[in-house]
Amino acid sequence: MLTPLNVILFGVVALLGVGFYGLLITRNLIKVVMVLQILVKAVILALVLAGKLSGNMGLGISTAATVIVADTIVAVVGLALAVQVRRRFGTVDVPQISTLRG
Amino acid sequence: METIQYGLFLLGAIVCAYRAIVSKKILTAAIYLACISALVSAVLYLLGATQVAVMELSVGAGLVTVLLVYAVSVVGDDALDPASVVPKPLAFVMVGVVTILLGFMVFPAVEKNVDTSSLALSIALWKNRVLDVWIQIALIFSGVMGVLGLLSEKTPGRIEEIHK
Repeated sequence: MLTPLNVILFGVVALLGVGFYGLLITRNLIKVVMVLQILVKAVILALVLAGKLSGNMGLGISTAATVIVADTIVAVVGLALAVQVRRRFGTVDVPQISTLRG
Repeated sequence: METIQYGLFLLGAIVCAYRAIVSKKILTAAIYLACISALVSAVLYLLGATQVAVMELSVGAGLVTVLLVYAVSVVGDDALDPASVVPKPLAFVMVGVVTILLGFMVFPAVEKNVDTSSLALSIALWKNRVLDVWIQIALIFSGVMGVLGLLSEKTPGRIEEIHK
């Protein structure tokens, strides 16, 4: 039976799959931040869906709001890190900056 | 009808996510990411989570896109994404297996009846999850520090100079 909630759950799983695939094939630091954003969007949908399924919609919404704030901060700090890495190393390619090891 | 709406919005989001990942230019990928945010916001709105939908639309499609465009403008020529280290067919198979397993694990959860009793958002946010609010305040302060790092014009020493 193809109910709306089944369709949403399928979308969540597919978005997570696309995000994991992106994490595996991406080398650019800025793009890694973008792929993390895709993964978090799937998680936000999953949290709201779980709230609806369990009857705690308020709890699902409040948790999703917290995740949105945390995700935005991750994006900001990640992009700041990428910009500083570009200025210091001259590249944002992850394998090339592996010389960071001490 | 509702199923078709959800299906169309989510299909659009998945297509945009794939295009964002495979596109060579980071700027194009940022635009696709904004599209995903808008489509996910529509789904959240239809689900009844209007507050989260507004937050997602303003933050995901607005703020994060602006920050990404600024970061791309700073990074410049390096914005092109190089070829992946992991072979793409291998990555596809690995992710496919994981996604199918995840689907088998989570789909039985929807078979349960939906409980319609709902806790008010104000009680959930300001009483049950008050620690989350404090954590959000702390996170926003760290985000301000992150923006300062992003906007900082000071150029740190290059790696060759550090080794000297």
